[in-house]
Amino acid sequence: MQEKSLSEINQRIRDGCARVVTAEEMPLIVDELGTAEAVREVDVVTTGTFGAMCSSGVFLNLGHSDPPIKIARAWLNKVEAYGGIAAVDLFLGATQPSENRGIEYGGAHVIEDLVSGRQIQVEAEGGVTDCYPQSDLETSLRLEDFNQATMVNPRNAYQRYNAATSTADRTLHTYMGTLLPKMGNVHYSGSGVLSPLSNDPSFQYIGVGTRIFLGGSQGFVIGPGTQHSPQSGFSTLMVTGDLKKMSPRYLRAATFHGYGPSLYVGIGIPIPVLNEKIAISTAVKDEDIPVPIIDYGIPRRDRPTVATVTYQDLKSGCVDINGREVPASPLSSFFMAREIAENLKDQVAKGEFLLTQAAEPLPRKGFAGPMKQTKESPNVGEVMSKEVVTAREDIEIDHAARLIVNGSFDHLPVVSAEGRLTGIVTAWDISKAVASGKAVRVSDIMTRKVQCARIDEPIELAARTLDTHSISALPVVDRENRVIGMITSDHLSRMLARRR
Amino acid sequence: MKLMLHVAPGIVRQPLIASVILETEALFNIERASIDAASGEIVIEVSPDKCQEVKRAFERRGVHVVMLENPVVRDEEECVHCGACVSICPTKTFRFENWRVVADSGKCIQCGACVAGCPQRALRLVLK
Ligand code: SF4
Ligand code: SF4
Repeated sequence: MQEKSLSEINQRIRDGCARVVTAEEMPLIVDELGTAEAVREVDVVTTGTFGAMCSSGVFLNLGHSDPPIKIARAWLNKVEAYGGIAAVDLFLGATQPSENRGIEYGGAHVIEDLVSGRQIQVEAEGGVTDCYPQSDLETSLRLEDFNQATMVNPRNAYQRYNAATSTADRTLHTYMGTLLPKMGNVHYSGSGVLSPLSNDPSFQYIGVGTRIFLGGSQGFVIGPGTQHSPQSGFSTLMVTGDLKKMSPRYLRAATFHGYGPSLYVGIGIPIPVLNEKIAISTAVKDEDIPVPIIDYGIPRRDRPTVATVTYQDLKSGCVDINGREVPASPLSSFFMAREIAENLKDQVAKGEFLLTQAAEPLPRKGFAGPMKQTKESPNVGEVMSKEVVTAREDIEIDHAARLIVNGSFDHLPVVSAEGRLTGIVTAWDISKAVASGKAVRVSDIMTRKVQCARIDEPIELAARTLDTHSISALPVVDRENRVIGMITSDHLSRMLARRR
Repeated sequence: MKLMLHVAPGIVRQPLIASVILETEALFNIERASIDAASGEIVIEVSPDKCQEVKRAFERRGVHVVMLENPVVRDEEECVHCGACVSICPTKTFRFENWRVVADSGKCIQCGACVAGCPQRALRLVLK
C-alpha cells in the first residue's frame, strides 16, 4: 500500500512544490492512474462548500466600561445577543431576528456588517452590583473596537443534506427556500463532490484541531458539530476562527422569506493524500452521494422521503420523483464552493496553508435523536367538539340555515352518503345565497376545497392551518376522511393559553 | 416584447384587450393578469413589429403602458450564484452557465416569486 507522511507533505508545501488538485479534479486522476499512482502523484486535495449555515455565531468581548457594567441583556443593531456570560462577553447567533426590522435583518446581518467594516449600535442592560455599578449603556462599535470577535459555529459543513420538495397545495416558505405547491420544484443544499466531509467520511484526516478555510481566513475544527451523525452519513463540524481576519466575500447574510435570517458561510478543507484509502475517499463523485428528497408539505418531524437521488441527478437540474420530472435547483452556491477549493489550492501550492495533525479523530458515532418531550401536546381528537352536525349536499339552503342556527358552529361540513367530507358551507355563504336569491341547494354554494384537521395531529398543526387560511373552524376527519368532530380557534386558543 | 398595462379604475370594466386585438390584428399572449374591481395590471407579450402599434392603441384607451425591456434586475454584488431563483421562476428566466446563474431577463413576467425567494435580496422588479 502506497503511503506518505504528513510531515513529508508539509515539507513539500513549505518548499512550494506540493502537488495540489481540487476534489472536482481528483476522481478523473484516480480513474486514470489508479489509487497507488494517485498517492504518488497528488499531495493534497482541496474541498469547499458555501451555503446557509444557520448554526453559526460569534463571541464578542466588548471590554469594560467606566463605571463597569455586568451585561445581562444586549442588542447589536437591535438584534439581541446572549449576555449571560460573565460581564462583557456576548454570543450573537446568526438566526436571531432584529426587534425593529424583523427577519429582514438579523444576527447574520450584524456579522456581515461587522466584517464589512460598518459601525453597529450597541445597547446593554445589566444587574447592578457593588463591583458593577452601571445599569445600562449605549455605544457604537466597529469590528476593531472589540477585544475579541471569535466565530464559533456549533454545526457547519454538513457532509450532505436532505433535499426538499412539498406536496402541500400552497407555496411553502422554508429554510429550504420557496417550495412550490404539489411538488413543483426541489431545492437542495451542499456541494456534493466538493463537500469536505464527503471527501473524508471516515475521518482519516479531519479531526479536532484540523486547520480549515473559514470565511476567507484560517480557522480550526473544534470537534464534531451538534447532531453529528456519521453512521447515517450526516457528519457535521464545530468550527472556530477569528472574525477580524474574515472577508465579507465568504460570509454573507441571507433571509429566507417567511423563515428568517441565516448566514452563508464559506468553508474548505485541504486533505492530504496520505494513503490509498484517502485517495479513494477523495475520488468521490456526485453520483456516489445519495440524497433523500423529503416532503416538507408534511409539517411533522418525521417527514416522508419521496425519492432518493444523487447530487449528480440534482445538479442536472431535473429529478425523477415517481415518474414525474421535477425541476431542481440548489440553495448553496457551487460557484462559490469551487472558488473556495481553488483559493485553497492556491494557498497550499504557495506554501501559505500548512496541514495539521489532529489532536483526536472525530467520533465515528454520533447522536441526532428526537427531542424528549415531557409535556406532550394534545391531539386534535382530545380537544375537538364531538357534537358535529353535518349535511348532505342535496339539501336546500333554508334547511342548512336551520342546521346552523340550531347547532353550535357557524360552519356546516357537507358529507357524502358514507359520511366522507366533500365540502363546507358557512353562515356567511348562506346569507350571501339568500341575499342573491339565486342558489337553491347546498351544492350550489358549498366550498369544495375544504381545509380540515386529522384526529391524530397535534393541535399546533390545526392552529397553523386556521392561521394560514384565516379561518375560524375546521372539520375533524378520521383516516377514512369521515367527519367526526369540529375544532375552532376558540378551542385552540383556550387550550394553548392554559399551557402557557 | 413584453408590455405592462396599468389599467385605471374608470376603464377596468371595458373590453380593452378585445378591442385592441380587433383594431391592430396583433396576436398576443396574456402572460399575467391581476384585475380586481378597482384596477388591473396585465402583462402581454407582443411580436416586436406590432409592439408600437399595440402600445399606442392601449394608450389611446387611457391605459398606461410600460415596455418591460429589463423587467427584473440583479445586484451583482449581492448575488452569490446559489440558484434559489432558478427552479421557482415560472418562465425559466434564470439558468446556470458553468455554475454561474445567468438571467434572460426578457422572459420575466414580473410575478415576484424570485424577489421573495432570493436569500441575498439581490433581485428587484423595475417599473412597477
Ligand atoms: S437567488 Fe439571488 S443570490 Fe441566488 S442566484 Fe438567484 S439572484 Fe443570485
Ligand atoms: S419575477 Fe422573477 S420569478 Fe417571476 S417571472 Fe420574473 S424572473 Fe421569473
